[in-house]
Amino acid sequence: MEILVASSIGVLTAGGVYLLLRLRTFPVILGLALLSYAVNVFLFASGGLAIDQSPILSKYGDATYTDPLPQALVLTAIVISFGMTAVLVMIGLGAYLEADSDRIDIAAQDIEDTDDTDQTEPEGRA
Amino acid sequence: MDDGGPLLFLIALAPFIGALLPGLMIRAGRTVCAISTAVPTVIALTMLMVLAPAVLRGEVIQAEVDWLPQLGLSASFFLDGLGLLFASMILGVGLLITLYARFYLSGEDPMGQFYTYLLLFQGAMLGIVISDNILLLLVFWELTSLSSFLLIGYWKHLPEGRQGARMALAVTGAGGLAMIGGMLILGNIAGSYNLTDILQAGDAIRSSEWYLPALILILLGAFTKSAQFPFHFWLPHAMAAPTPVSAYLHSATMVKAGVFLMARMWPVLSGTDAWFYIVATTGLVTMVLGALIALFKDDLKALLAFSTVSHLGLLTMLLGFGTQAAAVAAVFHIINHLTFKAALFMTAGIVDHETHTRDIKRLGGLRHLMPITFLIGTVAALSMAGIPLFNGFLSKEMMLEEASHTDWFSSPYAVPVMATIGALLSVAYSFRFVSHVFLGPVRDDYPHKPHDPPFGMWAAPALLVVLVIVIGVAPFLAEGIVTAAASAVTGADLHPHLKIWHGVTPALWMSVIAVVGGAVLLALHGPLDKIWAAAPRPEAKAIFDRLMAAIVALSRGITEIGHNGAISRYLAIFTAASVGLGWVAYASSGLSAPTRGLLPVEPVIAVGWIMLVVATVSVVVMHHHRFRALVLLGIIGLSISAGFAYLSAPDLALTQISVETVTIMLLLLALHFMPKLTPRESPTGLKFRDAVIALGAGGGVGALAYAFMMRDIETISDYHVANSYEGGGGTNVVNVILVDFRGYDTFGEIIVLGIAGLVIYALMHALLDGPAARRLKNTDFSQDRSRDRHPLMMVVVTRVLMPIALVVGLYIFLRGHNEPGGGFVAGLVVAIALLMQYMASGFAWTQERKRIEYHTMIGLGVVIAGLTGVGSWLSGSPFLTSAYTYVHLPPIEEFELATAMLFDLGVFLTVLGAVMLMLYSLSRIARFAGATVNEGPMDYDPGLKDEQEAER
Repeated sequence: MEILVASSIGVLTAGGVYLLLRLRTFPVILGLALLSYAVNVFLFASGGLAIDQSPILSKYGDATYTDPLPQALVLTAIVISFGMTAVLVMIGLGAYLEADSDRIDIAAQDIEDTDDTDQTEPEGRA
Repeated sequence: MDDGGPLLFLIALAPFIGALLPGLMIRAGRTVCAISTAVPTVIALTMLMVLAPAVLRGEVIQAEVDWLPQLGLSASFFLDGLGLLFASMILGVGLLITLYARFYLSGEDPMGQFYTYLLLFQGAMLGIVISDNILLLLVFWELTSLSSFLLIGYWKHLPEGRQGARMALAVTGAGGLAMIGGMLILGNIAGSYNLTDILQAGDAIRSSEWYLPALILILLGAFTKSAQFPFHFWLPHAMAAPTPVSAYLHSATMVKAGVFLMARMWPVLSGTDAWFYIVATTGLVTMVLGALIALFKDDLKALLAFSTVSHLGLLTMLLGFGTQAAAVAAVFHIINHLTFKAALFMTAGIVDHETHTRDIKRLGGLRHLMPITFLIGTVAALSMAGIPLFNGFLSKEMMLEEASHTDWFSSPYAVPVMATIGALLSVAYSFRFVSHVFLGPVRDDYPHKPHDPPFGMWAAPALLVVLVIVIGVAPFLAEGIVTAAASAVTGADLHPHLKIWHGVTPALWMSVIAVVGGAVLLALHGPLDKIWAAAPRPEAKAIFDRLMAAIVALSRGITEIGHNGAISRYLAIFTAASVGLGWVAYASSGLSAPTRGLLPVEPVIAVGWIMLVVATVSVVVMHHHRFRALVLLGIIGLSISAGFAYLSAPDLALTQISVETVTIMLLLLALHFMPKLTPRESPTGLKFRDAVIALGAGGGVGALAYAFMMRDIETISDYHVANSYEGGGGTNVVNVILVDFRGYDTFGEIIVLGIAGLVIYALMHALLDGPAARRLKNTDFSQDRSRDRHPLMMVVVTRVLMPIALVVGLYIFLRGHNEPGGGFVAGLVVAIALLMQYMASGFAWTQERKRIEYHTMIGLGVVIAGLTGVGSWLSGSPFLTSAYTYVHLPPIEEFELATAMLFDLGVFLTVLGAVMLMLYSLSRIARFAGATVNEGPMDYDPGLKDEQEAER
């Protein structure tokens, strides 16, 4: 079981990092989503795996429980990573709509272009 | 002894406080402005004079306040003979310069600024000479560099001024950096950053193996500041400053800071071969070279600048000799150089001011037109040349005397001969200053008809010239301060006697040779000047500029490698570095033996694992088709939820599955406005690089997770399990941790979530106001596949589902404390229920029926959660302590009421509000972009159609 979980984390991380290194916003967001899964599962797994030992206290005193603390941390992490993804999506969308391009890098040419416009703008107005 | 302490603080502070005045007082007029500048200087000078008698008796006045004791930095000052000498020079000349500048600056120059800079500089310089802590001294040292930058570049419209200011800052700033290193080493050897302690630790420092690095670093600071060869080139370029600045900073005070530092550190650093050969040689070379260049400069101020370089070299050389007599000569020459050089600068300023030129070739014969200036200039220049009865003669004699018995690499002639040549050149350029400017026939082609300036302008140099003569004729008058200062430099009890006549000594003959030779050289100046002009020589400014350009190009190159605007490159570097660091950590310490066994794998779990892996790989492979990638992402999320459920984490499974739903909806909404395909643009090499990094990261994290899972770790969770029911009143430990044990974290997290929601809302509004709005309006995003966008079936089903979903949400919320569920999950479930309405019946229809704004909901949630926490203060417990009780109402069974539930309500509301606000914002954009608005429940109204058909 542990091998399966560890390999899942590894695959998710690898996929996430690969997509993170792409050049457009959408794959990067997908990559971050995959990375979030990986990180959440990683955190969860750090408490050790257990089957049928939910941390719901039983009325019968002899039950054993899995570690509840990582679960509590991961629960909030899941919700927060959703919030983060949402903000990123919105920023990515906004950038795309404003610039008509969803590339995440600034080409050297673009930087020069911006400089040029700054210089020529006053003349343009006149 | 400590009586003067508070006064010392006031002296240090007066210029800085005073610097505020001129900027304000300029409104009251130029004279008032100048007077307000003089006031703090006069106050500081008066206080200094109060302390002076004690210092002259040999006492040391100290004052100390701890500042950052952890760093060894304290605001401690001390005043000994050397400090007194420099402090009175700084304040005294400062006062004269204030007067002179009042008349020198024209009406167009912003005088308030000038005086403010001047006082800032004065304070910084004063700080250097009375600091008792070398860290504090460094602070003041850098302040002088900065304030002198402002002063040199005072005429901002002149490119020379700006370039000169930059050059001075670059050179002295670089030297300052080196000096910081040297001072830190020194402080480490001595075990204290207090100057008094360091001065006691001379032997330990000189025998330390760190002595040479510290010496070189400190000397770099001193040499750059005092314009020693090969760093001398910045000083002439700094002459673009207004003349009062040149007279003050670049002859009297700032350039002497390096000399001061060498004098201050003399007891600690001098006395070794390294000191002698580095310092004395540098001084000697600078003295001769500076004098030689000065002789051929046509700009009056450039002549004086190089002459200053030469005299600074002389002082450096004297300190480098390392003998007590040389130290006395150095101290004495500091005073003398100050008097004649400041007077000469002011004279040059007057000439420039009156004739509108500083070019010696265009001047001459001014003695008839400007008799007073002529007198002042001549006396000062003769003193610079070292003519008897003027003070320059006395210290120059002492210098030659010291030089005459100094061996250099076992050669008894090198130093005396070079010193004589230096003196000879000095005589030549001094005579040239007088004869080519003031003597000769009156010309009729001055750019401006000259005459003597008003009294205010020549009063300051005249006073200095009086000092030149008084000290020259009656040197014993200066004995007190020289004794005090020289004793402070050497740390020995000295009693020098300053006399005019020492008898016929080698030094006298050297002087005679110098004067006669200098006169001859001046006579030959015309032809020599032609040779000089034709001779090739390195141009320091060009070299400096090339060096700066190379440094800038280098740093730009480095920046472009690491910071070229490509985010994927930064991420690649970052990830690769993290993986590398992880590997280093693993390789350097290894792993302990595993303590846990593997859990068995059931077949259905293996199938789930295969699904997850296949889906992940497919997302990566097919990510160019964005819709497909989203569907696959959903599969991954569902697999993970199932995994959570299987691995004893029901709460996580619930949360994951509802978040998954919301996330996919959100991404779908966003994708509506974005390209549906990602272009294939990465070259194969880049893909390969990324794949390697990704596999490294994945392998590393996977291995780390495996290592983690195979080992038992100490955990604090046992406490939580044991106290969940007793202390928190709930049996769902995860929920109790969230709302009770770690309620503070949760409180923070819901605030973050709320902020994220508001950020998205704000971004949406910003977008709809910007250029994006135009693009939205003009682009057709619709991809209708069906005429019926709100199908009847869906509308009806979601209407029916709504109350059911709400009840489920309520149920999950209520049972959360004891069973899987709680505010987070309930909020998400209710959000999904509402979203279904938006999707099925349309934005406008749903929006119309919304009774409460989502922002309000976020706010309410946070406030409720916060108030619940605050409520526990009422019972005297810390923030967020929960209380619970059991209530028995007849028709229902006994149930529990806990404040934690109220807190969970806050969580619920915030989560619901934030999620809804995020999706609502995206839908707003859709509506703005022209999505059809349906006010009715369905696009397609069967009843309406019947009517239309009936009409036909």
